[in-house]
Amino acid sequence: MEISLAAEKIGHLGPMPITNSLLTSWIATIFLVVIGIISTRNLAMIPKGIQNFFEMIVEFLLKTVDDVIQDEEKTKKYFPLLATIFLFIIANNWLGLLPGVGTIGIHEHGKFIPLLRAGNADLNTTLALAVVAVVSIQIFGILAIGFAKYSGKFINFKNPISFFVGILELISELSRLVSFSFRLFGNIFAGEVLLAVIAYLLPFLGPLPFYALEIFVGFIQALVFTMLTLVFIKMAITDHATESH
Amino acid sequence: MNPESIGSLATAAAIALGAIAPAIAIGMIGAKGVEAIGRNPEAAGKIQGPMILAIAFAEAIAIYALVIALIIKFVQ
Repeated sequence: MEISLAAEKIGHLGPMPITNSLLTSWIATIFLVVIGIISTRNLAMIPKGIQNFFEMIVEFLLKTVDDVIQDEEKTKKYFPLLATIFLFIIANNWLGLLPGVGTIGIHEHGKFIPLLRAGNADLNTTLALAVVAVVSIQIFGILAIGFAKYSGKFINFKNPISFFVGILELISELSRLVSFSFRLFGNIFAGEVLLAVIAYLLPFLGPLPFYALEIFVGFIQALVFTMLTLVFIKMAITDHATESH
Repeated sequence: MNPESIGSLATAAAIALGAIAPAIAIGMIGAKGVEAIGRNPEAAGKIQGPMILAIAFAEAIAIYALVIALIIKFVQ
């Protein structure tokens, strides 16, 4: 059984290699765009059909964001990024469970290279998402409370203890890059390996409960990524002086 | 012992030892969360949010251990 930690390359776009995970991510993106266009065509005040379904999803996400930020205006500012992160991750995760992903491929130099692989089973994708999330947190923090106050959380010379705590905060911000990317990558890649191994041991019937687990894990990981970004944004836009103790 | 058997042992040890603490942690978080909901059923929604977040943090440690195990096994 061939399991590759890194996503396999299946082509080139100039100097940039195209991996099978990238191809699946593109398909997920096109899927989301098409769904978006279809559900917002002929918008009705009383939603019906697919517009109704996606209004349910938007309401759920809006409630999740509002519960933490507690301020309608700010929610509207941060909602697009958080909802996009959630929809992108969940579309990638669930698309990676369809039959054909990981099984349809080409034989090259005696090895089997699948044409499609779950989008987030490539550390590059999850690292890109983590970079977007962490950089957005910094930008939102600076935009909300100003550069001086925001950098004052990390570098302040009031007393030696605050200085040390500031350095620790800085390190913890950087460690979020690692934790975001590895949490998502590990969950999805381990799920793929688990399904492959179980299908190898108990064909046809064995993978069924594990598919249920993977559907659940795909949803939870998208939710966790979004909620963690949300909580960190909330912490970044809070001014220390006005924090209630 | 040849490198291959040490590699297999290392893979097993990495994930086995690395999953002990997160498992205990998630159990404790779940227990406290469910107890809090039992004391105050109306606040169930408010307790659920931070509880899931805390469980995700704890699970991430187990995932780090799993990734190391996978790297040992599949990267020559």
